[in-house]
Amino acid sequence: MRFMLLFSRQGKLRLQKWYTATAERDKKKMVRELMQVVLARKPKMCSFLEWRDLKIVYKRYASLYFCCAVEEQDNELITLEVIHRFVELLDKYFGSVCELDIIFNFEKAYFILDEFLMGGEIQDTSKKSVLKAIEQADLLQEVSLNLKHKMA
Amino acid sequence: MALKIVKGSIDRMFDKNLQDLVRGIRNHKEDEAKYISTCIDEIKQELKQDNIAVKANAVCKLTYLQMLGYDVSWAAFNIVEVMSSSKFTYKRIGYLAASQCFHEGTDVIMLTTNQIRKDLSSPNQYDTGVALTGLSCFVTPDLARDLANDIMTLMSHTKPYIRKKAVLIMYKVFLKYPESLRPAFPRLKEKLEDPDPGVQSAAVNVICELARRNPKNYLSLAPLFFKLMTSSTNNWVLIKIIKLFGALTPLEPRLGKKLIEPLTNLIHSTSAMSLLYECVNTVIAVLISLSSGMPNHSASIQLCVQKLRILIEDSDQNLKYLGLLAMSKILKTHPKSVQSHKDLILQCLDDKDESIRLRALDLLYGMVSKKNLMEIVKKLMLHVDKAEGTTYRDELLTKIIDICSQSNYQYITNFEWYISILVELTRLEGTRHGHLIASQMLDVAIRVKAIRGFAVAQMATLLDNAHLLTGNTQRNGICEVLYAAAWICGEFSEHLEDPMQTLEAMLRPKVATLPGHIQAVYVQNAAKLFATVLQKHEGETDSQAAQETSQLLIDRLPLFVQSANLEVQERASCILQLVKYIQKLQQKNVEVAEEVTALFAGELNPVAPKAQKKVPIPEGLDLDAWINEPPSESESEDEKPKVVFAKEEPKHYRSRHTEVDEKELARRREVRKQEQANNPFYIKASPSSQKVYDAPGVEHIPVVQIDLSVPLKVPGMPMSDQYLKLEEERRQKEKAERKKKEKKKKREKRGKGRKADSGPESEEDITPAHQVDIVTEEMPENALPSDDDDKDPNDPHKALDIDLDKPLADSEKLPVRTHRPEVLKSPAEDRDSKSVPQETKKKSSKEKKEKKKDKEKDRKQIKPTVHWFPVQKSSKHKKKKQKKEKEEKEKKKKKRHHHHHHHGDAGGEDSVQNGTVEEEEPLPPMSNYSLLAENSYIKMVYDIQGNHQDESKVVVSVIFENKSDSFLKSMEFNVLDSLNSKLQRPEGAGPHDGLTVPFQLPPGVSNEARFVFSVQSIVMPQKLKGTLTFIVKSDESSTHEKLDFKLHFTCTSYLITTPCYSDAYAKLLESGDLKGSSLRLEGINMPFHHLLARICFHHHFSVVERIDSCASMYSRSIQGHHVCLLVKTSDQTVSIDAKCDEPSLLGNVLDEIKQTFSKC
Repeated sequence: MRFMLLFSRQGKLRLQKWYTATAERDKKKMVRELMQVVLARKPKMCSFLEWRDLKIVYKRYASLYFCCAVEEQDNELITLEVIHRFVELLDKYFGSVCELDIIFNFEKAYFILDEFLMGGEIQDTSKKSVLKAIEQADLLQEVSLNLKHKMA
Repeated sequence: MALKIVKGSIDRMFDKNLQDLVRGIRNHKEDEAKYISTCIDEIKQELKQDNIAVKANAVCKLTYLQMLGYDVSWAAFNIVEVMSSSKFTYKRIGYLAASQCFHEGTDVIMLTTNQIRKDLSSPNQYDTGVALTGLSCFVTPDLARDLANDIMTLMSHTKPYIRKKAVLIMYKVFLKYPESLRPAFPRLKEKLEDPDPGVQSAAVNVICELARRNPKNYLSLAPLFFKLMTSSTNNWVLIKIIKLFGALTPLEPRLGKKLIEPLTNLIHSTSAMSLLYECVNTVIAVLISLSSGMPNHSASIQLCVQKLRILIEDSDQNLKYLGLLAMSKILKTHPKSVQSHKDLILQCLDDKDESIRLRALDLLYGMVSKKNLMEIVKKLMLHVDKAEGTTYRDELLTKIIDICSQSNYQYITNFEWYISILVELTRLEGTRHGHLIASQMLDVAIRVKAIRGFAVAQMATLLDNAHLLTGNTQRNGICEVLYAAAWICGEFSEHLEDPMQTLEAMLRPKVATLPGHIQAVYVQNAAKLFATVLQKHEGETDSQAAQETSQLLIDRLPLFVQSANLEVQERASCILQLVKYIQKLQQKNVEVAEEVTALFAGELNPVAPKAQKKVPIPEGLDLDAWINEPPSESESEDEKPKVVFAKEEPKHYRSRHTEVDEKELARRREVRKQEQANNPFYIKASPSSQKVYDAPGVEHIPVVQIDLSVPLKVPGMPMSDQYLKLEEERRQKEKAERKKKEKKKKREKRGKGRKADSGPESEEDITPAHQVDIVTEEMPENALPSDDDDKDPNDPHKALDIDLDKPLADSEKLPVRTHRPEVLKSPAEDRDSKSVPQETKKKSSKEKKEKKKDKEKDRKQIKPTVHWFPVQKSSKHKKKKQKKEKEEKEKKKKKRHHHHHHHGDAGGEDSVQNGTVEEEEPLPPMSNYSLLAENSYIKMVYDIQGNHQDESKVVVSVIFENKSDSFLKSMEFNVLDSLNSKLQRPEGAGPHDGLTVPFQLPPGVSNEARFVFSVQSIVMPQKLKGTLTFIVKSDESSTHEKLDFKLHFTCTSYLITTPCYSDAYAKLLESGDLKGSSLRLEGINMPFHHLLARICFHHHFSVVERIDSCASMYSRSIQGHHVCLLVKTSDQTVSIDAKCDEPSLLGNVLDEIKQTFSKC
């Protein structure tokens, strides 16, 4: 996977993860272009499109578009599955996730994504172990935060 | 200090956190940019505070702003600070920010090496995890090289959580540092059989990604993967493995045969669409790679097509789309299997999803045959009528043209039909593709000689009805077809039934509203028509009509002479003058037609698009050589205006040129005809056909009999349908005829027009309605074969094309970084780590040496150690080596890399100082190497370094420089040990034996050797006496020489740069365990940051924190003593307050600092 984007129906970027080094300027250009293309598509259209030399797989969940760019030989359906799995993870973590959850806890969303995908490849196919890793790490964070408060 | 922390926390209460920021942005929709710029100012303030929590919060907010598109690269250094926090909470935020903001160009990345290494080896698996995740996003070639070994170790970590991450990140490391692939691969392979499924799938992922790019190196893994494939139940893993096989089979057909069965089984059994789709894709790939025509595989193809049909029929748009996509892959090799599903695909053209319709269109392109072309195009024409959006309609239009024109009009049996289709397409309003239609018209008319008559008639009608095409809008792209129409009518005017009418149509005043380039063609071709008309009239000896024609032109052309378009104006006025002249001659009853016609004589042949490129460069022609010496700059200005008037001046020069050209052209034409006659690939009018051209030339283009039953007159009418019917009738007739003639085996000559002879039933032999003579495009003689290179030289995966089965060589081992070499390094290795060009040169000698020293090698580990500013060193010691300019360049390139080493070792906080310094003034070059001894033969400089790992050892690096013109060899380094400090000698050597310097020095060369000393107490400086003995070998003689020296172990050399965070520093000072001392330096005349840099560099301190002209610094001895400095400056006076748990060490260090500054 080359990159993953989350953006709203209004064309606001909510999350971006790039798995290959891309210059900031190119990123911006690509995001803008891609959002236009995806947002212009009608709801009944299929989730795949060819864009530049990449294949774009996207899916809309409520007001959010989840959009992945994969390479020519990659499997579209499994990418769709990845998106779905990520949404499930977010859902489990936040408890019926909504766009606001991701806006206000965007770093958490990244942490979840990072536990699920690494370098564009799936890290763990088991939802349970991903969630467990996140919880553990969060616990660690809480502890150190509490300590901090006590110290202060 | 403590107050600062408290203050920081109080501040924090008033700070915005991320949520506040987000809320704020949402509440300031009107003036978002302004609001954010105030937020950024706040963040900048927060970043200046010492409190790491405040910093982390600020960095977190910055990460959010970065996503919104704001530049936060200025905070890169603060991100590094937060990354290096010891608390997971902040570390996590720091790494997240880094992974979002850092890229290869980020300078501070090189400061992170040590921090990342530390985190990788953290006992807390989440620290490690967070570092790996971050690293996967911003790994650079330098980081990959330095950390490859650490990550490789993590692949065998006890925790699967770490293992799987380490395995995955290896892929990124390979991409950045391809040399790591071979050493790491065996372990990666091991992970394919890891007990943890997550690790296993990670390893499969990585190897699949690698193999996809360079499959041939992974063929040997096929059996292992085969086993995995048949045993795994995890669909995610299966998909990857199957994909991998798809990449391997083209290289190993036997593998393909073996795969078919398990894959078809999976296709039958799986319920997961993604897996099914992957299997089908791979089966297709396998079958493509296998030699086709194997009967037992047609079943597999059938199965695939069948399954794909199910996908296409599914209501899920995604499956439909993918089904069509996969179908198109089958189509390439097994078109017949797909063609039977034409109905389904045509049905998809009605789908509401445009992307599905486009996929179906792509499929149609490959599905056409002579048999079904007309039918398919008819369907498409219906869709053109129905299509709503212009984009899709335009897409349909181009597809129709693509389909028809593919492989040189292979599938077109009736060109009249095709011309009618093109004419029908001109009715499309607002299409962008008028140009495309026009070029097709031109191409067909030029290359299919038999159709010219028909084409001309159609074009004449188009011209006559031009008003229908142009409509009201000038910008209407469709008027481009008039360009083609006018040209065809002019060029092939002899086919016109009523040239006069067409001529009249072309000179209508309305034409002046067309775009300039079209008008120009109109004018030019009007002249051609004029010639034809004249000839016709003169043939009928109707001079009256001929003169009327001239008059028509004289009347109408002035309109064009007034055109604003230069091209139109020029042509029109030329032709007007010509016609006036002709009229004069006509009035004298002179016959002019023949001469006028001669103006436009000669046949035009199509030229292949690449023809110009393929003209071979004649021998001896140097295209880069100057024809004339380049003019001097002053001249060039004078000459510029000449270009504008070039037409006038070199006139006679030019005409001579064209004369030559014409003769030459005539000659070439002859040659070309010869050539074409002999060329078997040139489709020529076969003499056996009924059209025998007895002489070349335009006049002899045969006129095709037009079936008058076909109505052609009004271009608005869909005529192509009738062709379809006619075509069917014709084929029926043919069939019947064929039956009649069945007994006649002899093949007859094919008839012109509708009369066609019999042929076999297969569609390839459906006879064309016209005997069609498609002229191939011309290519120059000796055209070079195409040399297109399809591999992208910049593809990062190219570097990973590495043979993995070859056994590992020692030289390939990953660089292992430990802090100190235990034994002397061999000079070859030493050089290796210093300069790349030398490495390759010396490799063979190095290998030899290594063989010799096998025994030593067992104890020896290859450990490139840190070099402190070797750039300066090289300038100092390698002055004489200027001859090697290349090497110098390499050095410059390496500079950054060395720099990075420096920082890397110095760690995070040291770079605070360096970070700020860079904004101020550049530092003067510094070197820690000081003179050890020197005589006329040799010069020795040395530096002493220690490290944390071993509290009783220091390494003395000595650079030997040969100053003489002789060869220096058998150098022996010996030191008189003291009770406290001893030179480490190899086992078995006596306490007074010298150590052989492991290299020889040719004249002018310098090289570095390292000697390890053990020390007991480090609180006092030490001096050790020593001697270097060596043999000076010149041409005539060799003499023994010796050089005495004193090695000075300063207390500074026992200090190691160690980063320290302000909070830890504060605690340390508060603890009260440290004893103080102070120092005043007068008359220091350097900027404060230079002063700090010197202390850092020469005395191995790091800056903890700097506020204006006050800085706190820290260092640690190899035995763990803390040394803290508070450096203040005012008016050339520097006061240093120091604290240390060992007062005598402190005293000595301060003395040494004093000395450093007294020197400057």
